[in-house]
Amino acid sequence: MAEKKVENAELETKQYIVVSIGNEQYGIDIGYVDNIVRMQKITRVPKAQPYFKGIINLRGEIVPVMSIRRKMGLEDDVITNASRIIILKIEEKGSLGIIVDEVKEVVTLATDEIDKSATSSKNVKDNFINGIGKTGDSLVSLFEISAIVDEKENA
Amino acid sequence: MDVSQYLEIFLDESSEHLQTLSDCIMSLEKEPENKDTINEVFRAAHSLKGMAGTMGFKRMQHLTHDMENVFQEVRSDHIKVDSNMIDLLFECLDALDAYLENIKASSDEGTEDNELIIKELNDFIAKANGEQPAEETKPEPEKTEVKEESAEKKVEQFELTDAEINSVKEALDGGQHVYAVKVTIQKDCLLKAARAFLVFKAVEEFGQILVYRPSSQDIEDEKFELEFSFYIATNESADKLVAAAKNVSEIEDAVAEPVDLTQSQPEPEKEEKKEEKTDSPAPEAKKAPEPKKAPAAGKKTTTAKPVTNRTVRVDIEKLDALMNQVSELIIAKNSLVSISGNEGDSTNSQSFQEQIEYLERITTNLHESVMKVRMVPIESVVSKFPRMIRDLSRTLNKKMELIMTGEDTELDRTVVDQIGDPLQHLLRNSADHGLEDNETRIQRGKPEVGSIYLNAYQEGNNVIIQVGDDGNGIDTEAVKNKAVERGIVTPEQAEVMTQKEIVNLLFLPSFSMAKKITDISGRGVGLDVVKSNIEALGGDVEVATKLGEGTTFTVRLPLTLAIIQALMVEIRDEKYAIALGSISNIEDIPVADIKYIQAEEVIHLRGNVIPLIRLDKVLDIEPREEEPESLTVVIVKRGDSQAGLVVDNLIGQQEIVIKSLGKYINGNKLISGATILGDGEVALILDVNTLM
Repeated sequence: MAEKKVENAELETKQYIVVSIGNEQYGIDIGYVDNIVRMQKITRVPKAQPYFKGIINLRGEIVPVMSIRRKMGLEDDVITNASRIIILKIEEKGSLGIIVDEVKEVVTLATDEIDKSATSSKNVKDNFINGIGKTGDSLVSLFEISAIVDEKENA
Repeated sequence: MDVSQYLEIFLDESSEHLQTLSDCIMSLEKEPENKDTINEVFRAAHSLKGMAGTMGFKRMQHLTHDMENVFQEVRSDHIKVDSNMIDLLFECLDALDAYLENIKASSDEGTEDNELIIKELNDFIAKANGEQPAEETKPEPEKTEVKEESAEKKVEQFELTDAEINSVKEALDGGQHVYAVKVTIQKDCLLKAARAFLVFKAVEEFGQILVYRPSSQDIEDEKFELEFSFYIATNESADKLVAAAKNVSEIEDAVAEPVDLTQSQPEPEKEEKKEEKTDSPAPEAKKAPEPKKAPAAGKKTTTAKPVTNRTVRVDIEKLDALMNQVSELIIAKNSLVSISGNEGDSTNSQSFQEQIEYLERITTNLHESVMKVRMVPIESVVSKFPRMIRDLSRTLNKKMELIMTGEDTELDRTVVDQIGDPLQHLLRNSADHGLEDNETRIQRGKPEVGSIYLNAYQEGNNVIIQVGDDGNGIDTEAVKNKAVERGIVTPEQAEVMTQKEIVNLLFLPSFSMAKKITDISGRGVGLDVVKSNIEALGGDVEVATKLGEGTTFTVRLPLTLAIIQALMVEIRDEKYAIALGSISNIEDIPVADIKYIQAEEVIHLRGNVIPLIRLDKVLDIEPREEEPESLTVVIVKRGDSQAGLVVDNLIGQQEIVIKSLGKYINGNKLISGATILGDGEVALILDVNTLM
């Protein structure tokens, strides 16, 4: 049982799904991503927190869908053909969908390609970011998933 | 091998035995002379002792052993049952219960020795022995019975492999005895492998098992009928082995005899198995003290367990999984139904339609069957109440009795598991606040013994449980004053409140009417918790009271939680489901008929004034551009009160599967869940109770 510590160099890198929200790019740790689905009819839930768009039917399961834009205090979502719902799997609270404008690519970032200090605390949405990833010449803000799941709101 | 996997069985069975003990001791208190009850008590205590011993819970075994001794004395008429003894026995049960709780929590019985109780138990026996000769000689006649019984049984000596012969030889050469033991399990035993394991575990305390027949693997896989045998090398006597084996519950019989290699060895090819009589056991066995074992054997012969239903214990999670799958099936069926409704072509739709109807019937039946599997009688919860009331009667020094009916009423397992606490609270309330003390009762011309009742019955899709008493009833004036005093309502408000509204104040958090805080109730956490617990189960609770005559709490619970019949309604482009159970009727109301009372919209319908609830307003839906001439109103009821929900359209009745909204979306009391419709769309389920 004790020989579970087979650590290797692979752990030094992490994969992120790069999505665009507005004109910025964000990265989501692929470990949290369960599924990416096309936009579908979202059933509004009255009296829910304002950043919840409602619920969808994901293969027979009810999954709440959150507007990450509303949660971060950005202008409301514009749903286009490229819009997707990213289904996150969160251990203790179950599945959660977040709406993004577009899914770009999957990138692999090594720890030295992630800048943890570059976040300026002035901007409210930086509470949801835990680092900046550098891939080629573009920058990707990496989401802090626990902050998204958290009740707190910065609208 | 490890006993932990049998812990569940042990816990289940022990609680059953404890319940039996509790029930029997209760009835023993009423009729101390009833031999049947005494025997029953003895049996239960004995099984409990055996099980605790097998699982290695020595303290528990010790306590039950001494308890059993007391019962033994009662059984042989050495002591009479009196109320001191009953009290002591209940203390024992509580102590045993505590052991079980410990075991449940930590797989360990804890370190409480309960010496005091054991001492008191022994005092009882000592008292009895002062008048009568020692018990040891008593059970002697039964011994012969055992002999006769075992004489009929023969242990087959079976073919051995060379390796097995060698191990047997080694043991014999080492000066140990090798016995062939044959164990017979009771016919109605459900977990034969587990029993076999417990037997092995018991006898392995004395020695080492050399040979298994059938093989240990087959035994583990339950590949045997009612018998299995093994060879064991030990320094102990055969009788000890047998006694240990028989101590395991549901073991019909066990027989041991010495293995004789010289007889089975010479002709190992021969299929014919050697048979030997046990009435010539090893010489040591004859010397072994037997009286201890005799009562055990006597018990086996008299047991004749009440014919139990043939049942299987199933993990509730497996049932939940099954239920989920049935739910999926119903959703799939609903989507087929909706497709078949849309399809216009009539060529093959006739047979298609028939098949759909057939499928519908099957899924409905399947659903009903699964529901029935999940249903358990509320008995498992209410059976502890008579004891509780007895204890309360002592502590409160009031004479009272509990009358229960409908214990066999069935409810969904999850509901039954959670209904215990609220009911217990209501009963305590009745005992403490409801009933007057004995003198007051006599003065008022009521029977001295107060009665508390618990009636359960099914009514449509609901189960009703009434808890009441013939006590003083609720003094609404006092409640009103208290509410004003606490600033919950203004004196002006209080003046216009109806009796019912006043009584409902009792359900507010931290509203306790107890004049003094007692051990039983009155700490201010009370009826509000009862109410919220019951509402969490989808039920509600109402009070009817008459000053001087008594109070009745009526708890209404849904039969099932997962799948309900619902009316689908439409408001603008949103669809909502309303549980059919809460709908009383549907009306078309001309807008002109709407009246206003205190600026609230109401309708006057067949003598009732019913408040209107505009669902679009409540649910934040865009208002209609122009009001239609008449409104579709769904009249819903909750207990005696009614409300009219204004909707745009009725879609129809449908069987829906309730799904949770999950943990993210909160602050939403209006919506009790969601459901997936036939076309894959999601509709929300309205919680009528919070709307009203």
